[in-house]
Amino acid sequence: MRFLLLFSRQGKMRLQKWFMPLTEREKKKVMRDMMMLVLARPPRSSNFLQWRDLKIVYKRYASLYFCAALEEHDNELLALEVLHRYVELLDKYFGNVCELDIIFNFEKAYFILDEFLMGGEVLETSKIAVGVSMEEADTLQEQTMEEYMSKPAY
Amino acid sequence: MPAPIRLRELIRTIRTARTQAEEREMIQKECAAIRSSFREEDNTYRCRNVAKLLYMHMLGYPAHFGQLECLKLIASQKFTDKRIGYLGAMLLLDERQDVHLLMTNCIKNDLNHSTQYVQGLALCTLGCMGSSEMCRDLAGEVEKLLKTSNSYLRKKAALCAVHVIRKVPELMEMFLPATKNLLSEKNHGVLHTSVVLLTEMCERSPDMLAHFRKNEKLVPQLVRILKNLIMSGYSPEHDVSGISDPFLQVRILRLLRILGKSDDDSSEAMNDILAQVATNTETSKNVGNAILYETVLTIMDIKSESGLRVLAINILGRFLLNNDKNIRYVALTSLLKTVQTDHNAVQRHRSTIVDCLKDLDVSIKRRAMELSFALVNGNNVRGMMKELLYFLDSCDPEFKADCASGVFLAAEKYAPSKRWHIDTVMRVLTTAGSYVRDDSVPNLIQLITNSVEMHAYTVQRLYKALLDDISQQPLVQVASWCIGEYGDLLLSGQCEEEEPIQVTEDEVLDVLEGLLASNLSTPVTRGYSLTAIMKLSTRFSSVNRIKKVVSVYGSSIDVELQQRAVEYNALFKKYDHMRPALLERMPIMEKTATNGPSEIVQTNGEAEPSAVEAKHPPPVAQPANQANDLLDLLGGNDVVPVIQTSMPTKPASAGGELLDLLGDLSLSGPAPAPSVPSSQPPFLLDGLSSQPLFNDIAPAGIPPMIAYNKNGLKIDFTFERANPNPNVAVITIHATNSTESEMTEFVFQAAVPKTFQLQLLSPSSNVVPALNQGSVTQVIRVLNPQKQQLRMRIKLTYTHKGSPVQDLSEVNNFPPQSWQ
Repeated sequence: MRFLLLFSRQGKMRLQKWFMPLTEREKKKVMRDMMMLVLARPPRSSNFLQWRDLKIVYKRYASLYFCAALEEHDNELLALEVLHRYVELLDKYFGNVCELDIIFNFEKAYFILDEFLMGGEVLETSKIAVGVSMEEADTLQEQTMEEYMSKPAY
Repeated sequence: MPAPIRLRELIRTIRTARTQAEEREMIQKECAAIRSSFREEDNTYRCRNVAKLLYMHMLGYPAHFGQLECLKLIASQKFTDKRIGYLGAMLLLDERQDVHLLMTNCIKNDLNHSTQYVQGLALCTLGCMGSSEMCRDLAGEVEKLLKTSNSYLRKKAALCAVHVIRKVPELMEMFLPATKNLLSEKNHGVLHTSVVLLTEMCERSPDMLAHFRKNEKLVPQLVRILKNLIMSGYSPEHDVSGISDPFLQVRILRLLRILGKSDDDSSEAMNDILAQVATNTETSKNVGNAILYETVLTIMDIKSESGLRVLAINILGRFLLNNDKNIRYVALTSLLKTVQTDHNAVQRHRSTIVDCLKDLDVSIKRRAMELSFALVNGNNVRGMMKELLYFLDSCDPEFKADCASGVFLAAEKYAPSKRWHIDTVMRVLTTAGSYVRDDSVPNLIQLITNSVEMHAYTVQRLYKALLDDISQQPLVQVASWCIGEYGDLLLSGQCEEEEPIQVTEDEVLDVLEGLLASNLSTPVTRGYSLTAIMKLSTRFSSVNRIKKVVSVYGSSIDVELQQRAVEYNALFKKYDHMRPALLERMPIMEKTATNGPSEIVQTNGEAEPSAVEAKHPPPVAQPANQANDLLDLLGGNDVVPVIQTSMPTKPASAGGELLDLLGDLSLSGPAPAPSVPSSQPPFLLDGLSSQPLFNDIAPAGIPPMIAYNKNGLKIDFTFERANPNPNVAVITIHATNSTESEMTEFVFQAAVPKTFQLQLLSPSSNVVPALNQGSVTQVIRVLNPQKQQLRMRIKLTYTHKGSPVQDLSEVNNFPPQSWQ
């Protein structure tokens, strides 16, 4: 995977993970292009499109678009599963995750992603393991008594 | 100083902004506060501030002043600080900034931290954005962690190693020992990342690949793991819709693909498992299909037995019929990859593929179009073209250019008849005329010229098309050219193929003049029309009307048109005796194969000397007219000289060939034997002397030679390299006759040794005038791929003073440059 973007229907970026080195300017251009391409797709299209030399896989979950760029040899159908797994992990962690969770706790969305993917490849295939790591890491945090980050109370 | 506001409060506040301007104001205020806080070196709230900065960065605002702060956070002892610090580093820093190198030491320390989550953070950051320098410095640490028994760290170290290898491939070797027992792990995370690491190593280094095949016996290990995954019972933590760890399965299949490629033993070892996966995987959900897809790709890439390949293609065939668009798309993509190797098998699914052209999904349509073109062959060309032309009619503009090019290519390769070919090209021009590539015009013109028997039919159809619509420029250009050439056929109503139409000269001229005047016509098109009108002056009888038109445009604002008109005028006034010869029918153009839409097949015009056009003509096809006209003139009577068409990278080369034919008209370079017929009017030289281009044309630099000199017949060879192919030498022979009587029925033949290939083009004439008053020229192309010494045997036959003469001779004195 080369990059992973999460953006809303209104074109607001909610998460951007880059697995390739790009300048700020290039990143902005890519994000604009992706939003333009994906948001313009008619409702019942396939989830794949070609952009430059990359395969773009995108899936809409509620109000958020999850958009990943794959290289030539990557498996598109599996990428859909990867996106789905990430949503499941978010859901497990936040409990019925919605866009607001990701907005207010964006740093945690990143932490979860970093336990699931690294360098564009899947790091952990077990649903449970990622959750366990997050919990333990969070405990470390609260042990250090920083108050500004508190898990939202449900 | 009050505590800076919390992250979540900031987010809430910013979201209340109703306009972009309001948001910007809030953000600027907060940024100022954060900046002063940074200046005060406040440790307690640094983390909070950086977090807020990251949020604002995500909204699109600049945050570079936080970069150093991230480094300070990373260096902190608190886990919370480190977490945000590393995140900030990954978001704000990249290897382009020198600042990032400062991280190296911190990361090194953290890689050896007592808490695995800190180590994890360091590995993650290094593995996501580590530069080559960082990777070099820290590779040793990563390697150490790769051997740890802690599976949490091991899996992260494996992917970090992948990144290191991608950045610094030379370091691959050092990770080799650590890979030894990676696959004996039970932990799926470690297994998965290990497979990724092994894949990366095998892809990058053939040595590694061989090593893993032979020494490590990787294939049996992978087969075993895969088998366990399939056969094992339900594992809740890895299950996805009834399939156990599809991510791992797919990665294993991909590694097997690499191992089995071009290797019989490995391929054989994996045959069974592949068959098993292909037949047993549940296809009701996407996840199963993802695995099947990967399996099919693997089967097609390795040396699988034919039964397995058929199985794979059939799976793809089933995919094509699946309701799920994604699956259809993926099937088309895979079929495109395999169509070269398994052409017949893919042909079986042709009708389904063609149906996909009508799919609503744009991505599917594109793939289907590409695949359809790949499937066209001699047998199915009519049917396929029908479908593809229908597609061209109705498809979105984004497809039209590619589709049109594809149709042209396929038509050229597989046209069952000339008429079909012309019809097809015309259909493309009328339906998608504005999207065709520029060189389709000269290509079509060449096609039409060469289909001699179709001239009447073609010009008639084109004329009718013009009556309908003059907006599509390529069509209009071709039509104008044809009417100019074959207007007489149009009038005489000679068409056999369809009902001949009745037109008068005036009607035809009306149409052409209409093109000249129309706003829809581009300057290029206007040029075509004017030239066409001019040509009709020798084919029609309404010469006065044509004269009038031409003189009117003599004062046109368009410089191109003006120049043409002025010169045509001159033709009427001063050189009327030359006009018929000059505007004669075009000879057949020798065709080189078009390999692709970007090829220019005509002789490029720039260097052409031309009686009627002395400047650089922009369109390519135009000068070809002039060149041919010129050749007509020089060749004299009815003999049609064949122009060698080549793909000039510089126009000069084509001009060079022409130069050879024209003989000493070249104002530079070594002068070949005089070959200009004495009837050469001075007019041509006048036209030429204003041509600075000829001075630029560098001759090939190979000295000419005398090949034969006996009984008054002298044959000179001059050389040139054909531009696109350095193995081809182009030799022009000049035959001159110094005796008192001419040599008639002159025929030059040549033979070369087996390693060469020879192509002899038509001679300029078969009469060699007496007393060196002229020469016969002929072009020979010799292909010399093995760069051997060129030798040739020539046979000359002619009639001299009433008696036939025949002679055989060997030519051995080729200069070395001509064949090296």
